[in-house]
Amino acid sequence: MRTNFLIGMVVALATVVPTAYAADTINAAGATFPAPIYQKWFQEYHSAHGDVQINYQSIGSGGGIRQLTEGTVDFGASDMPMNNEQIGKITKFKVLHFPTVLGGVVPTYNIEGVNAELKFSAEALAGIFIGKITKWNDAAITRDNPGVKLPNADITVVHRSDGSGTTFVWTDYLSKVSAEWKGKVGAGTAVNWPVGLGGKGNEGVSGQVKQTPNSVGYVELIYAVQNKMPYGFVKNASGAYVKATFDSVTAAAAGAAKDMPADFRVSITNASGKTAYPISSFTWLLIPDKIGDATKREAIKGFLKWMLAAGQNDAAGMSYAPLPKPIVAKELKQIADIK
Amino acid sequence: MATAAQSVPGRARTFLKNVRAGDEIAYLITFVFAASVVLITAILVFELWVKSGASIHKFGFNFLHTSTWDPVNDEFGALPFVYGTIITSILGLLLSVPLGVGAAIFLSELAPPKLSNALTFLVELLAAVPSVIFGLLAIFALVPLMRSFVQPWLISAFGWSPFFKGPPYGFGVLTASMVLAIMMFPYIISISREALIQVPREQREAALALGATRWEATWDAVVPFARLGIVGSVFLSLARALGETMAVTMVIGNDPKINASILAPGYTIASVIANEFTEATGDMHLSALIELGLVLFLITIILNGLGQLLLMLTTRQGTAR
Repeated sequence: MRTNFLIGMVVALATVVPTAYAADTINAAGATFPAPIYQKWFQEYHSAHGDVQINYQSIGSGGGIRQLTEGTVDFGASDMPMNNEQIGKITKFKVLHFPTVLGGVVPTYNIEGVNAELKFSAEALAGIFIGKITKWNDAAITRDNPGVKLPNADITVVHRSDGSGTTFVWTDYLSKVSAEWKGKVGAGTAVNWPVGLGGKGNEGVSGQVKQTPNSVGYVELIYAVQNKMPYGFVKNASGAYVKATFDSVTAAAAGAAKDMPADFRVSITNASGKTAYPISSFTWLLIPDKIGDATKREAIKGFLKWMLAAGQNDAAGMSYAPLPKPIVAKELKQIADIK
Repeated sequence: MATAAQSVPGRARTFLKNVRAGDEIAYLITFVFAASVVLITAILVFELWVKSGASIHKFGFNFLHTSTWDPVNDEFGALPFVYGTIITSILGLLLSVPLGVGAAIFLSELAPPKLSNALTFLVELLAAVPSVIFGLLAIFALVPLMRSFVQPWLISAFGWSPFFKGPPYGFGVLTASMVLAIMMFPYIISISREALIQVPREQREAALALGATRWEATWDAVVPFARLGIVGSVFLSLARALGETMAVTMVIGNDPKINASILAPGYTIASVIANEFTEATGDMHLSALIELGLVLFLITIILNGLGQLLLMLTTRQGTAR
């Protein structure tokens, strides 16, 4: 009886387990910032196309690039484009970058007695984060905020302590607008911060900003919106003060669309355009241009087509900025390169 | 068994054989388990060594005594992290050992049994709380308290010394040490209390018979007897403090600089690995983080070795006296 039951169990398991994984299970890994919308996309696509199952592990952009390089996943995802050195390491295929959605990074602050929405120039932000502007009533800040009474208080800078795409976008922006920042600190997922406290994750930074009087930090736009945090206007390359919204972030991408390189590896911080929010960025899927398994190849291509059309409608609802039309058109062409 | 062997020799022989075989099997199995500990440690060190090869090769010993941590330009020095790890652990110990040992003495020697049982239960509950919970508690309760009251007071009272300088952020080395102290506290109490309870009754009675007061008997006769267990509890909690990640990351301020002031932000090895590992895109960055893991391993071994040495010295002294 009992052995029969055991044998039965084993047989049942042996038949069930492979079927659950046999169909097109595609494995992907990478960035955490777009993970919520990716999960939603993969799930929606699976319910529409039952035979395509995409598993996404949000292990971070660095992890995504590494796993793609080692060939342990079918495709990766990253908040920053791969650099030439990283691309050079992959010999079996060429990596195609597909922008999926956009995000913005905003300066958030907590100043005692100030409820107004502050305006920041690029010089002010760079000065604060490099440690040259140390008081809230510094001329570089008050100049942009006539009518706001800023206190004569020390600024406490809060930055991300964990490596993150958010930090990359923020430091990439500062590198573009400040030669001093570029020389001294540079851009990266983690940098050698000249001043300030480090908080882990968006929640760590916002927690420290909320708790520390007269502090300033930076968080993802989505996070600031969802948590109703105050965040400032930033002066863009055209000299206009722009508040980060989905529209102004998409506008930054549209501004970059004209001179978008063919491989989509582009930073859109400090983009031109009157309405462009200057601290914006794409996030990318990293797809190999050669996929041996035909079913997987067609499944991934199918998903990309769907993502660029119907998928984009999910973006705003999930607090991501959708791609501008000209970029979608360019990406649709690139799908044909997957062979 | 001997009588059984005589009465029914055949059966007994097989029985004995089985038992012997059983012994051997048990020996083998437990040996494999014990060996796996060594094996896992060896694999761990080997892996850390191999994966950190690029960093070891590039920086050599400079890794240990330079303090630049710049992932953008691939310059890595471990000193601020080593310093932060050791200073928070030691400060944590300084805060928690007197409290913990004191509480253990109260619970085992002085408190009425009912109270002692209830408190012991609570202490053991405390030991099981995940560290991230302590971190949250620290962010919401300890940090504001430190910023508004403790640190301004420390600065006004001791601000003349370099150790209590700087703005009262609330976050920082001292706050992290306090969280560590709170986390080490239940370990020290729990193990020290066990050690104190194990002290034979005669030890107490003899002291009391010589005319000692209750406190004198406790302090002069019972505590020295349990010294081994108490020191053991200290080193176990030190090991926990060295490797603690989440709770420390949440309150230390995560700034890789060496500052004399314990109010300033700092950084620990475990924190920086947890923070930067997932998004370390550069190979050298990754390699340096893994080398930090190796350094943490070494620190743990050295401190534990020192602990064993201390233990040996004190016990020898004890028996000689």
